[in-house]
Amino acid sequence: MPAPIRLRELIRTIRTARTQAEEREMIQKECAAIRSSFREEDNTYRCRNVAKLLYMHMLGYPAHFGQLECLKLIASQKFTDKRIGYLGAMLLLDERQDVHLLMTNCIKNDLNHSTQYVQGLALCTLGCMGSSEMCRDLAGEVEKLLKTSNSYLRKKAALCAVHVIRKVPELMEMFLPATKNLLNEKNHGVLHTSVVLLTEMCERSPDMLAHFRKVRQLSSSQLVPQLVRILKNLIMSGYSPEHDVSGISDPFLQVRILRLLRILGRNDDDSSEAMNDILAQVATNTETSKNVGNAILYETVLTIMDIKSESGLRVLAINILGRFLLNNDKNIRYVALTSLLKTVQTDHNAVQRHRSTIVDCLKDLDVSIKRRAMELSFALVNGNNVRGMMKELLYFLDSCEPEFKADCASGIFLAAEKYAPSKRWHIDTIMRVLTTAGSYVRDDAVPNLIQLITNSVEMHAYTVQRLYKAILGDYSQQPLVQVASWCIGEYGDLLVSGQCEEEEPIQVTEDEVLDILESVLISNMSASVTRGYALTAIMKLSTRFTCTVNRIKKVVSIYGSSIDVELQQRAVEYNALFKKYDHMRPALLERMPVMEKVTTNGPTEVVQTNGETEPAVLETKPPPSGLQPASQANDLLDLLGGSDIAPVIPTAPTSKPACAGGELLDLLGDLNLTGSPVSAPAPQIAQPPFLLDGLTSQPLFNDVAAGIPSITAYNKNGLKIDFTFERSNTNPSVTVITIQASNSTELEMTDFVFQAAVPKTFQLQLLSPSSSVIPAFNSGTITQVIKVLNPQKQQLRMRIKLTYNHKGSAMQDLAEVNNFPPQSWQ
Amino acid sequence: MIKFFLMVNKQGQTRLSRYYEHVEINKRTMLEAEVIKNCLSRSKDQCSFIEYKDFKLVYRQYAALFVVVGIDQTENEMAVYELIHNFVEVLDKYFSRVSELDVSFSISEIHL
Repeated sequence: MPAPIRLRELIRTIRTARTQAEEREMIQKECAAIRSSFREEDNTYRCRNVAKLLYMHMLGYPAHFGQLECLKLIASQKFTDKRIGYLGAMLLLDERQDVHLLMTNCIKNDLNHSTQYVQGLALCTLGCMGSSEMCRDLAGEVEKLLKTSNSYLRKKAALCAVHVIRKVPELMEMFLPATKNLLNEKNHGVLHTSVVLLTEMCERSPDMLAHFRKVRQLSSSQLVPQLVRILKNLIMSGYSPEHDVSGISDPFLQVRILRLLRILGRNDDDSSEAMNDILAQVATNTETSKNVGNAILYETVLTIMDIKSESGLRVLAINILGRFLLNNDKNIRYVALTSLLKTVQTDHNAVQRHRSTIVDCLKDLDVSIKRRAMELSFALVNGNNVRGMMKELLYFLDSCEPEFKADCASGIFLAAEKYAPSKRWHIDTIMRVLTTAGSYVRDDAVPNLIQLITNSVEMHAYTVQRLYKAILGDYSQQPLVQVASWCIGEYGDLLVSGQCEEEEPIQVTEDEVLDILESVLISNMSASVTRGYALTAIMKLSTRFTCTVNRIKKVVSIYGSSIDVELQQRAVEYNALFKKYDHMRPALLERMPVMEKVTTNGPTEVVQTNGETEPAVLETKPPPSGLQPASQANDLLDLLGGSDIAPVIPTAPTSKPACAGGELLDLLGDLNLTGSPVSAPAPQIAQPPFLLDGLTSQPLFNDVAAGIPSITAYNKNGLKIDFTFERSNTNPSVTVITIQASNSTELEMTDFVFQAAVPKTFQLQLLSPSSSVIPAFNSGTITQVIKVLNPQKQQLRMRIKLTYNHKGSAMQDLAEVNNFPPQSWQ
Repeated sequence: MIKFFLMVNKQGQTRLSRYYEHVEINKRTMLEAEVIKNCLSRSKDQCSFIEYKDFKLVYRQYAALFVVVGIDQTENEMAVYELIHNFVEVLDKYFSRVSELDVSFSISEIHL
């Protein structure tokens, strides 16, 4: 069999291959030759074959059949064989192969070999791929080698010890005595590896860390001063050709020492104090013209930030970072941005000073820098600079790569929510985001937005106008279209009437509005969810618009046979609404109330009440749609639950026709959860309606202020309602009202429901009543507890609504209670 | 921690690869191809640190050869950058004016 070709020949041949297929062919041929050679147990050429095999392995071809050969090579006496064998072992073997355990004995013998190079090889391999069993067996040998005087071996042994500790942490104590003398070496190699070993020990075990911090023997063996001394020597010493890199001696060692100092100084005052001087010295003396110097400065800054340094030092560090930012070299800027991001939490003000530079980095061409600058900018936004920053960020959103857009958009939303200076600005910003990056906005942004828009009551006309204009041109961005169609559905009448104080009103006719909504419905680009929004919006407009009701009816009936099940169901129900329940249509499609904010991530925390809060839309302003008085009552009823509302109108069950007449009562009845929620503007009830909240036992405030007189709030048609008051000592702005309803007629009143509304500045919580039947002849009462929160101590007023069945007919009444005694609210 | 150390040329051929964490062999070629693609698409004046999946790549170009080192968060990027340069200088000294051919032919020496 001819001698196998040498590695170089092989490489040359492979390089001549012109295509991937040719290369594969050559390699396969060679593999076959190698395999047959292995089978023949050819000792002389084994090492050559394994070398070739390793090369092929590097190119990506399977080479596992060479593993045993590697072992045989390791066992041989020739150095060249051993070398290739160990290399092969490092590359091909790892813990997962069972073969590796066979190596243990070989390594053990080699660790005690006479030649240091062989020992070095063995240490290298053990440090590279030793498994925990191997490490356990051989740790003793490694430790012995740590103590030799041969620096070549010592440094390799230290690195091997690092690997052993990583694999078997329990052996750490074994290496502890050896480390004592490690730092006394002159050889930088040994110094370097010992610092690595110490770093690893300190990182892994807090006990070790404590031990190293406070070794109180001779002062020369204390770790921190020793390190400081070494570092000082490095900086102060003149030119040393052995260790010089671009004018700085042994920067790698300097960096390592700085890192170890960082670990030692973290959260430890004494150590930090000892380091302050040397850190300042390094920071000021290092040359920054070359990358090397900057690398050291970077590490120094990181260390200063992490330990308990004095403030002067911190300022120095941040200034260095600021200088980095202005540097032309991209690497340095990137590194500066990264570290500023880490420090922005703690030293916020100092970082603010560099805000303009950071914002400039947003315009950089480099992707990594842009990402860092964006994250940092979001961290820096605060109440003062929000307008300027937002402008920059919006501009950035316009021009950035798609992978950033989603993050940027959500970041902008968060920041806008927290720091918006005015509602109009907030809405403008959101609109801008929607129009520029609409398709990248996250799904939960849409309901948040809608809630925000509903809450800014005075901006409704302005908002709907802008949204209309936005989707006129382009309705492909789903979140934008969803928000726009919801708003048009809600406030379409404002749009058509053209009343808008903030901007130039545009003339829009009802037909145009319906046109745009219909095109959304028809368009292929609209997702199913968007179509749902559009259909519902069209339906709502049937109450807001006056002349186009027939058109709406037609549209709705067309979709009754749509393929999309969701649309079909909605259309069928809306159709039913037109035909059979037309009298209820206005009530059901009423204006949405102001929603309670559930999330509390803003500085303005809304006191969450589980019950209903009546918006003082009734009290202070007439609702924008100019309602008739009857619908005021409806508004009262339409508020069921206040959680974050998805504007999806809950689909009524198909058993709707089976419901008894008097839908309005059913709305109330729903409060008792007898049926599923039916009303259209009422949201999907995520939490049970307020009445049930009372089931969780609410401690009544039994602290009694000096008895507050009770009042009779209502007395008509035999129904009398009394209010009794209690004030809590723990919370002086809470008034607890207990109502008692009694019936002086001959027949009982059933299905009694009590509702109340208070002005905007108050908050109301209704607990569940004792029952819903008031027996006749005053023989029993219904009691119910109301809690009123009155932070501004204004005069308490209340509007109440009562509904009940009496003498076989449904009764309802509205009344206002104004005779609250002053002690109840002062 | 350094995860891997690669020397790849512009055509995507790996000249040297040393992995310090176990990566499947078929994944290695994919990884190398992706890494080189990332590096090639960078222009001269962009920074040398790329964020790739959950670690960072530090790369440096020498003629037609890219030296790429994958590191995780605990490493000082600039120090690794220097390390790459130091490594290349050592090779230069060893081979007296090293070139890509030297690297491809002497992998066993370089590996160790």
